[in-house]
Amino acid sequence: MSTLKISNLQAGIPGKQILNGIELTVKSGEVHAIMGPNGAGKSTMSGVIMGKPGYDVISGSVSIDGEELLGRPAWERALAGLHLVMQYPTEVPGVHIDDVMREAFATRGRDAKELDALIASEAARINFSTDLVARSLNVDLSGGEKKRNETLQLSLLKPKFAILDELDSGLDIDALRDCARRVEAATTEDNLGVLVITHYARLLEELKPDFVHILAAGKIVKSGGPELADELEKSGYVAFQ
Amino acid sequence: MTSPTRLSDVALPTADEEIWRYSRIGELDLAKYRAGCVDTVVAASGEAANVVSPGSFADCGKAMPIAVDAFAEISAIQSTGDSADVTVVRVPRGKAIVEPIVITRTVSASGVVVTPRLVIDAGENSEVTVIERFVGANDVDSLVVPIVEMSAAQSARITYLAINELGNRTWQIAHQQSLGERDSTTRIYTVALGGDYARVRTEARLVGTGASTQQVALYFADNNQMHDFRTLQTHVAPRTHSDMLFKGAVAGTSKSVYTGLIRIEKDAHGSQAYQTNRNLTLSEGAWAESVPNLEIETNDVKCSHASTVGPIDDDQRFYLESRGIRPEIAERLVVLGFFNEVIERLPNLPVVAGLRDKVAAKLGGAL
Repeated sequence: MSTLKISNLQAGIPGKQILNGIELTVKSGEVHAIMGPNGAGKSTMSGVIMGKPGYDVISGSVSIDGEELLGRPAWERALAGLHLVMQYPTEVPGVHIDDVMREAFATRGRDAKELDALIASEAARINFSTDLVARSLNVDLSGGEKKRNETLQLSLLKPKFAILDELDSGLDIDALRDCARRVEAATTEDNLGVLVITHYARLLEELKPDFVHILAAGKIVKSGGPELADELEKSGYVAFQ
Repeated sequence: MTSPTRLSDVALPTADEEIWRYSRIGELDLAKYRAGCVDTVVAASGEAANVVSPGSFADCGKAMPIAVDAFAEISAIQSTGDSADVTVVRVPRGKAIVEPIVITRTVSASGVVVTPRLVIDAGENSEVTVIERFVGANDVDSLVVPIVEMSAAQSARITYLAINELGNRTWQIAHQQSLGERDSTTRIYTVALGGDYARVRTEARLVGTGASTQQVALYFADNNQMHDFRTLQTHVAPRTHSDMLFKGAVAGTSKSVYTGLIRIEKDAHGSQAYQTNRNLTLSEGAWAESVPNLEIETNDVKCSHASTVGPIDDDQRFYLESRGIRPEIAERLVVLGFFNEVIERLPNLPVVAGLRDKVAAKLGGAL
C-alpha cells in the first residue's frame, strides 16, 4: 500500500500563481477524479506534480510514501512510481515505443527480454493495432491512437500512481472505453492509484471514481463521492466559480 | 581565358562570392599541398565487377559539362597527369546490377591534394548502386576534391551514396552532379561524419519528362568541424519530381551551412519539388545556418520548402524523461530518432547498418 500526498501545493508560471494550496491524498487502488472548468488549473496541477519545466513551485509538498518529489527531475519522479498520461502526447519522430520502453526498463533495473511479447499482449488488450505500435511515437496517430499509446506505456511501466490529464479529450467512444477499462483493471491487478483530471463526467462512466474533487481557481473547493460528478453534470460548474 | 595547368596558377574563390558565403574558403592555402593520390579499392562481385573499370579524364564531362570553378580546375590539372584517379561505372542498356559497387578512397598522406573522380553512366532502363566511401586517419592534413558525375538514361535507376569518414584535419571540397533523362530515377545520398571543413555541392538536373531525383543527407559535426552543403534541384523538363531531405546536427563548437535552391525552368510545368533542411544545435557553442530558396519560372507546379535550426525540443525531452529515462539518454534517443528518418531512406546494405552505430558512437562523445 502506497500513498501519494499533495499538501498545500502552490505553484504557477512566472508572474502568475495558478495553484493556491492543493490538498489531496491518493492511496493505492483508489481512483480520484479532479473535475474543473477551463482555467481552474487542471493541467498546471498535472505538470507541476510530474515536474514539467516551465512551472514555478511556490510552496508545498508532493510525496510518495514520504519521499519528497518536488525539486527532483521528472525521470526521478517516474522512478519513484509516478506516471503522467499526457493530454497532448508529444510527437518524437524516429523514436519507437520499444526503444523508449527498453531504456525505461533499464533505469528501473527491469529485464527487457520479454519486452516485445509484453508490448504485443498489452497492445492487444486495448485493441491497439501492432502496425501503429511500430510507428514513431505519436507521429501520424489520431487522437484516439495517441491515448491508446499512452495507455499502453502506462500498462508496461506499472507505476504506483498515474495522473491521467484529460484522457478523454479528443477520444472516440471505443478508444475511451478501451483505455478507461485498462486503467480500471490496473487498479485491481496492480493496485494502481489514479488521479484522473477531466472536464467532463463522460470518462467517469467507464473509469469509476471512488472520490470526486472539484478544482476551481487553483483550489479544491469540494470533495465527495461519485455522486458529485452527477451533480456537476446537472448543474455545471457555475456554482463553484 | 585559358585554364591553369599548375596548382600554383589556380585562383581560389573568396567568401564574398554568394556560393562561398559562410564557408571557410578564406582559410585554404593551396601552397600547403602538393599533388597526390588516394588509395582506391573497388569491391564489386558478380556482374557488378563487369561494369566498373579505371578510366581517364577523357571519360569525364561527357554527359554534362562540369561547372567550372577553381576546384574543377584543380581536378582537371591532376586528372590529366600522374595523379589521375578516375573510376568509371558504365551499365549497359537494360542491365540491372543487383550487387552494390563499393569504392573506398583512403587518404593516407598529409600535405597532398587528391582528386578522385567517379563517372556513373547508366544506360537505358538499367540499374546500379554505387557507394563511395572517403576514409582517412585523424592526423592526415590533406585536401580531397572528389567529383562525381551521374547520368541516367531513359528509365535508368542510379543510387549513389557518399560516405565521409575522413580524419578530423582533412579538408574536403566535393562536387556531385547528376543528369536525369526521361522517367529516370537518381538517388543521391550523403552521410558526412568526418573532415575538418567538408563541403559538398550537389546538383540534380532533370532534363527528361517524368525524371525524378532524391537528394538525402545526414551530417553530424562536433569539435571544430564544419559541414557545408550547397544543393541545386533544377527542373528543365515537364512533370519532373525532386525530393530533398537534409538533416544535420552540430555539437561542440562545430558549424554547418545549408543553402539550397529549387529552380523550375519555364518548360517544367506539372513538376513537383520539395526541399527540407532540419538542423539540431546540441550545444551553446555550435552554429548552423539554413538558407532555402525557390526560383520558379512557370505555373502549375507544386513546391515546398522547410527549414529549421534549433536545440533539442524541450517537450520531446520531457516526454521521454517522464517515462523514467535519464536526460542524457532521452537526448540520445531524440537525436538518433531525428537521424532515423534519413537512415531509413538509405539503401539497405551492411555498410549502411554500420553507420547507425557510428552516429551513436559520435553522439556518445558529443552529449
